Amino acid sequence: MAFLSFLDRDRSIAPPGYSRWLVPPAALAIHLAIGQAYAFSVFVNPLLAYKAADGSTWSHKEVGYIFSFAIAILGISAAVFGKWLETAGPRKAMFVSATCFGLGFIIAAFGVFIHSLAIIYFGYGFIGGIGLGLGYISPVSTLIKWFPDRPGLSTGLAIMGFGGGAMIGAPLATNLMAFFKDSGHQPIACAFLCMGIIYFIFMMFGVFMVRVPAPDWKPAGWTAPAKTSALISSHNVTVNSAMATPQFWLLWVVLCLNVTAGIGILESAAPMLQNLFAGKVSALAAGGFVGVLSLFNMVGRFVWASLSDFIGRKMTYMVFFALGAVLYFVLPSISVLSLFVLVAGVLISMYGGGFATIPAYLKDLFGGINVSAIHGRLLTAWSFAGIVGPLVVNAYLDHYKATGQPLAGAYPHILHIMAALLVVGFIANLLVRPVDQRFWIRDSDAHA
Amino acid sequence: MSTTEAKPSSAVAIALAWLVVIIPAAWGVYNTALRAANLFK
Repeated sequence: MAFLSFLDRDRSIAPPGYSRWLVPPAALAIHLAIGQAYAFSVFVNPLLAYKAADGSTWSHKEVGYIFSFAIAILGISAAVFGKWLETAGPRKAMFVSATCFGLGFIIAAFGVFIHSLAIIYFGYGFIGGIGLGLGYISPVSTLIKWFPDRPGLSTGLAIMGFGGGAMIGAPLATNLMAFFKDSGHQPIACAFLCMGIIYFIFMMFGVFMVRVPAPDWKPAGWTAPAKTSALISSHNVTVNSAMATPQFWLLWVVLCLNVTAGIGILESAAPMLQNLFAGKVSALAAGGFVGVLSLFNMVGRFVWASLSDFIGRKMTYMVFFALGAVLYFVLPSISVLSLFVLVAGVLISMYGGGFATIPAYLKDLFGGINVSAIHGRLLTAWSFAGIVGPLVVNAYLDHYKATGQPLAGAYPHILHIMAALLVVGFIANLLVRPVDQRFWIRDSDAHA
Repeated sequence: MSTTEAKPSSAVAIALAWLVVIIPAAWGVYNTALRAANLFK
């Protein structure tokens, strides 16, 4: 289709003089949109209450699978399509992402109209999940090429958008559902339909704005610094070779454990606060706690990733794991509410910071050429943690419920387990060494 | 011999591009901050 040729990598090479500061807004448009996934919970209660013509409803478990399925497909599609993205270029990948994400909503809207959970799974979960995965990794290597002097800051900016996307997605969905309910339409389906269209248009802004730098481009006045750390490679590694290195799997463990620990708090933030501060915190205030954590999550992505440009990626994760382990350990013993909230906020900032700093860590170790593809493969750690984290938390809570013990007693155990996981993460990060020369790329297999 | 002359991006275009993403993000942060305020009431 000739009219789609504007999506080709060759057609998106920036002309001389193109400002690199036009590229982060393109990346943010994608991440702010797909970050909606973390606000899917606002649809849960309306979906549970929605009755079919015969009066049947969906269970909590069935509705919960919509989000789980989307996140699982995110990880899989990022791993599968990352290699294609490196050759197709960011514009084409963003376009496919926008199409899938928007279409996923529209198919899901149809599924709601006819009360078919299978169609919602297929739409939001499968098609939308592909949009999530492709969208998540699509701007990463482009940003790193535009900002060789500040890779942490640039990728932190984009991935901060993913944290911020939930903040837009939740009130947008709530307001749309209220509007359509008042006007006598099916609120969930109409909200899905509108969001599919709105997000597609918003993401297309990113598609049109994104540019890749010319091959010989570098920031004005910038020269590659003399080697400052053995961990920063001046060579590239292919995605397949990267997966054969111990460094890839150590970082997989690092990301997985950092995410698992964060989910330990995020998964049950509101009930945890109400149980640990029984009688002192209302349900409304506990909802406010979730809001505070969202803000720390978003800001942490930018702050920690930017800081990593100065203190180094390995040191940044050392801080996450050392400070994190101590804070997780002491958190359940904090009896002052404001201090508890602050400590939990710092922990969640490091959870977000872990996501945002990992692309620059990969770039340091494996070079910038295939970083999106390698990042895509590494995101399977996120999918894995997304299953393991809630499993650990819910297994403990279920045990306490089944044995009739107060839930407040379960949280210290859960948080101490998270502290122990971070100690393991600390060791994994400590073991990261420069990539062996035998894995370095040859000219003939740059995109193998 | 033809050369491509460098045409710097305009500051207005850069500002507008950032506004497109900052406005919805700020709306989201504002809504979240309102919710977070409930914790301290």
